[in-house]
Amino acid sequence: MKLIVNGQSHEVAAETLAALLAELDFQGGWLATALNGDVVPARERDRCQLTEGDRIEILSPMKGG
Amino acid sequence: MVELYGQKLSSRLLLGTALYPSPAIMAEAVKASGAEIVTVSLRRETSGGKSGGQFWSLVQSLGVRVLPNTAGCHSVNEAVTTARMAREVFGTDWIKLEVIGNHDTLQPDVFGLVEAARILVAEGFEVFPYTTDDLVVAERLLEAGCRVLMPWCAPIGSARGPQNPDALRSLRGHFPDVPLIVDAGIGRPSHAATVMELGYDAVLLNTAVAKACDPVAMAAAFGKAVEAGREAYCAGLLESRDMAVPSTPVIGMAAFS
Repeated sequence: MKLIVNGQSHEVAAETLAALLAELDFQGGWLATALNGDVVPARERDRCQLTEGDRIEILSPMKGG
Repeated sequence: MVELYGQKLSSRLLLGTALYPSPAIMAEAVKASGAEIVTVSLRRETSGGKSGGQFWSLVQSLGVRVLPNTAGCHSVNEAVTTARMAREVFGTDWIKLEVIGNHDTLQPDVFGLVEAARILVAEGFEVFPYTTDDLVVAERLLEAGCRVLMPWCAPIGSARGPQNPDALRSLRGHFPDVPLIVDAGIGRPSHAATVMELGYDAVLLNTAVAKACDPVAMAAAFGKAVEAGREAYCAGLLESRDMAVPSTPVIGMAAFS
């Protein structure tokens, strides 16, 4: 299915957010995720079902002022 | 000692982690400054989580507390969502709340700021609002549940130093018991010393250190300036006077004519 991940279109097989992270090779306990503007905590990614056209944000720590 | 949301700190300098020539220089600058709090952000990960992971490991190795920001957020919704994600990643209730109102001046949207602060306080966040020096906005932020205020002294990255010392003085006078941190606009150690002499509790800066020719040396210089300003404030500064007043005794002068 087609998803928008960090603003870019991706064609993926994953049906959950956890599977999506694995499929796109995102690893690490420091990642934060949101689905269609709502935060999805790490512990809920397994149960977080994705549907066509969903917008996913995957963020990680960055320098800041 | 200064206390921010129950956390006692010896250093009154908070340092940003952006714009340094390299991560290693950033780490050295933090150490040289003596800062016990550094600011960090969250951004889209592009390389499978690896670059963010490296940065986060480096920050963790510094043994300092992190203050995540919501930099770049222009709406209440963006700022609140970013704060929630930052709590998840950084494992802290602290959030440096920025709701930017203008692209050119990067001044806070104070209406959105108060609204976002109210939402986040209700969710248990300990909010450090990046605000202007406006007294009424400060009152609203305190009503919203903020227990620290972070007024600017000049626009972010402008290095202009205190543009309106009277407004900063007014905030200090109105809120003697609220920790006040000048955030943004500091360009020189003398600017930091100046706001500390006004009785501010701490200073948060980034660009002035990171963009110096020698960021590590500049970090040390700012550390000293903040301490000097604080000690001067506590020691009681001399009020300025309209006329000259001799310091050497005038009694006992020799008469030569």
